[in-house]
Amino acid sequence: MSHATAEKTEATADEPVAPRKKAALSEGKKAERRLGWLLCAPAAITMIAVTGWPILYSILLSMQRFDLKFPDRTEWIWFDNYVTVLSSKYWWDAVLVTVVLTVVTVAVELVLGMSLALIMHRTLVGRGIVRTSSLIPYGIVTVVAAFSWRFAWTPSTGYLAEALGGDPVLTERIPALMVVSLAEIWKTTPFMALLLMAGLALVPDDLLKAAAMDGAGAWQRFIKVTVPIMKPAILVALLFRTLDAFRIFDNLFVLTAGSQGTSSVSMLTYNNLIKGLNLGIGSTMSVLIFLMVAAIAFIFIKLFGTAAPGSDNGGRR
Amino acid sequence: MAGIGGADTTGKKVGWGLLNAVVVIYALFPVLWIVSLSFKSSKTLADGNFIPREWSLENYQNIFSTSEFTRALINSIGIAIIATAIAVVFGTMAAYAIARLDFPGKNLLVGVSLLIAMFPQVSLVSPLFEIERSLGLFDTWPGLILPYITFALPLAIYTLSAFFREIPWELEKAAKMDGATPGQAFRRVIAPLAAPGVFTTAILVFIFCWNDFLFAISLTSTEQSRTVPVALSFFTGSSQFEDPAGSIAAAAVVITIPIILFVLFFQRRIVAGLTSGAVKG
Repeated sequence: MSHATAEKTEATADEPVAPRKKAALSEGKKAERRLGWLLCAPAAITMIAVTGWPILYSILLSMQRFDLKFPDRTEWIWFDNYVTVLSSKYWWDAVLVTVVLTVVTVAVELVLGMSLALIMHRTLVGRGIVRTSSLIPYGIVTVVAAFSWRFAWTPSTGYLAEALGGDPVLTERIPALMVVSLAEIWKTTPFMALLLMAGLALVPDDLLKAAAMDGAGAWQRFIKVTVPIMKPAILVALLFRTLDAFRIFDNLFVLTAGSQGTSSVSMLTYNNLIKGLNLGIGSTMSVLIFLMVAAIAFIFIKLFGTAAPGSDNGGRR
Repeated sequence: MAGIGGADTTGKKVGWGLLNAVVVIYALFPVLWIVSLSFKSSKTLADGNFIPREWSLENYQNIFSTSEFTRALINSIGIAIIATAIAVVFGTMAAYAIARLDFPGKNLLVGVSLLIAMFPQVSLVSPLFEIERSLGLFDTWPGLILPYITFALPLAIYTLSAFFREIPWELEKAAKMDGATPGQAFRRVIAPLAAPGVFTTAILVFIFCWNDFLFAISLTSTEQSRTVPVALSFFTGSSQFEDPAGSIAAAAVVITIPIILFVLFFQRRIVAGLTSGAVKG
């Protein structure tokens, strides 16, 4: 950041005095530009090739009747797929499940994650042990964790099911969703906590001491001093986790496979595409999910303005 | 808030110790449960006890005796390592340019990678499924490596450019003053200084690739390229009367080992890597 500004001022300062020097400098500038583009090219080309064309292609696919089981019946039907999906009860059920799971898990994670962050930040003993062990849920393969929960809740195999009287919780909608939320919260709270902890590190100790001197209690210090200062970190953590929670798939796949009305939008898309081989409907759902995620990101960025990560980057560099 | 105003008394230490214990138990008990399950013999598998009544290695012998698991393990390791290597090399180049050079289109690249980081991966599954089928990439290693690189790149670029901004800029200038080209300055001066950041990024990217399930299950169909998380979900047990839980648990433990090792040895680095990209922006 300082580098870019420093060079700009240098360039403008040199301009009126020595025109020849300016030419040399702009030669250097050109080389810098070329190097910049050259270095970014592989990353940019890969990212655009693997996402750009597929996005356009999925829009095209979503406007066709395209079922791999009946490939000769493929034809353009424009928005009929959208009508089919948007008037389907299964789709709206999946949207509801996804939204409820997202809101519940992110809310719980924020509270738990904040407590965990405070513990990791403030603990007097065994800081290393706490940080190391809280990284395990983050690093562990989601499918592995999901199997652990599934076996724990399966009657006869599982200790949790046994402890609670042996009811098959995963075969009923609400209890199954609660288990899915539990698995999701267990896995992602540490990530939330780490992002929040980085925010906590930015809160100056002197400020907290001053507030304590002025008679503020622990809770008041937290609400009036700590939270406002770490607001950007909270918003980034919330944004990342919300978008991540919205694409929940692995946990659901292992725990319920979307039965008993527990499908999320990702699960439903997968079932239509890979199990049903219906590319048209699958792509329509893909486009709709993309639009929903874009809307969530847009709302976050609008609500939080400069605190959003995108604008933050733009502004600082 | 114990650090403020209060003396660090023994009582407080005990209190923190208890809190820490709660955190450690919270983090570990699902892991311990699956470890315990993997060591149960087939007779005691369904007893619902947290600690095995009878320890046995039966489940491990079972999974390593079939190609279903060993092949998946080779796929997982190969795909994750290749994807990590490529993503880290591309990411290092791009992050260096973003952190140190001034060129038009930089903000666009940062914006695009942020978009991809937030992208709903399932939206790519439908078109990629069809495109990879027509290109012959479906159910191959490159068919998985490509999406992994793509989704790992934003993570790599963010983490690395945060690390790169911490490197003393004067050193590069000094190298240039001594006659090094920008390219040489990158290779000889900045790259060695950036090695710890690159290493941390490699761990994070590897964890991401190792973890993926959605692409792996959608873009593969046979043992040829199925990774372990997917193979796990297809385990059926050697006969229809056998509960696959034991095999699944054993395989789960095997693929958890590298993660536990990373976390144990590189805890500090992983924490630094995860937080630097997100907060410093």
